[in-house]
Amino acid sequence: MSVTIEVPNRPRTRKQANWEKYGWLFMRVSGPLLIVLIFTHLVVNLVLGDGIKAIDFAFVAGKWADPFWQVWDLAMLWLALIHGTNGMRTIVNDYAGQVKVRRALTTTLWAVCALLILLGTLVIFTFDPCPAGASAELLASFCPAQ
Amino acid sequence: MAELSVPTIESFTVTLIVRRFDPENDTEPKWEDFDVEMYGTDRVLDALHKIKWEQDGSLTFRRSCAHGVCGSDAMRINGRNRLACKTLIKDLDISKPIYVEPIKGLPVEKDLIVDMTPFYKAYLEINPFLVATDKPKKERLQSPEERARYDDTTKCILCAACTSSCPVFWTDGQYFGPAAIVNAHRFIFDSRDENAELRLDILNDKEGVWRCRTTFNCTEACPRGIEVTKAIAEVKQAILRGRA
Ligand code: HEM
Ligand code: SF4
Ligand code: FES
Repeated sequence: MSVTIEVPNRPRTRKQANWEKYGWLFMRVSGPLLIVLIFTHLVVNLVLGDGIKAIDFAFVAGKWADPFWQVWDLAMLWLALIHGTNGMRTIVNDYAGQVKVRRALTTTLWAVCALLILLGTLVIFTFDPCPAGASAELLASFCPAQ
Repeated sequence: MAELSVPTIESFTVTLIVRRFDPENDTEPKWEDFDVEMYGTDRVLDALHKIKWEQDGSLTFRRSCAHGVCGSDAMRINGRNRLACKTLIKDLDISKPIYVEPIKGLPVEKDLIVDMTPFYKAYLEINPFLVATDKPKKERLQSPEERARYDDTTKCILCAACTSSCPVFWTDGQYFGPAAIVNAHRFIFDSRDENAELRLDILNDKEGVWRCRTTFNCTEACPRGIEVTKAIAEVKQAILRGRA
């Protein structure tokens, strides 16, 4: 007697288009970039020159007057926030079983991320240590008297 | 005549603390301890047999081959997923009790028995069979190198030790899990198979290979010594390349 085994045929229904591959790649590209960005940032701010004593309002104002550090901080801001938010999204996917909870938490994460990126970017590019028309007692000591 | 001296074989008493659940009477699982007299050649499975046969016939667990071939008796022994039939008692620290629990992440049915359905479902979804459209008159030839490419993942006995050791599977039960990926790997890298692309596409799912966080729990757990995490990484690379 012979037994016929039908061709197994199990159409897949679950699969949806998704960005997980790109998310995974992004974590691996942004990680090493962040190592360079963050550790250089720490060394320049806290170790080189006068070290930690050098940090004050003037130090930050000086860095942001230089387009090099503007771009550096911009890259750090965007990469760390997107990397961190995507990492948190992964953890939400681990623990939040219900679709609604997942969606609510993920939406909140990206909204907060977008807001912080927006505000941070705005500050980096519009930062003016000596804003015109500010009252004299609020101005930093290095600002030209008005 | 000198007396014939029969050497006595050394035995020792070990305590097993077993996680038990009787669906007809219990609402919660509970721990129960048993003292058993064991020999150096005995395995955790022998201890469970001794309990079942001599102390409490209601103790429930799966086993079939008792020799590491069938994959029935994966369980959590002192917090690590092991086959009870391949774990020698003397290799554990017997100055302390030995904890035995069902594997995690799958619904417990009774004592050490879990419902394997979700595990098999994920396995079936990756098309675990050769797909070849030609109708050859003799066997399909393959070079030793081509055979070696996927040798490691042919060894799987579907015991679920890997999948049920994975923290992503514990918290997100939807994840395909290491075992399904290992068995997809076995065909994806088989030169005779024609369906690698489909399997890669299946595992490019939201709950596919990208859920893996490289914890290495699966590699540590596999009783067949399969490099499970490496196999998963190879499937990730294949998806990135777009071919096996
Ligand atoms: C310093 C350099 C950094 C490197 C090399 C790095 C690398 C990585 C990598 C490769 C992953 C993915 C892990 C996986 O999928 O298995 C990851 C996850 C994550 N990263 Fe980073 N990262 C860095 C900095 C940061 C920073 C600054 C933040 C916060 C803003 C952050 C937050 C996260 C979070 C929340 C996760 C998810 C953790 C998880 O998957 O459980 N990382 N990181
Ligand atoms: S890969 Fe190893 S641990 Fe996982 S199911 Fe197969 S034999 Fe068991
Ligand atoms: S009883 Fe078959 S593998 Fe342990």
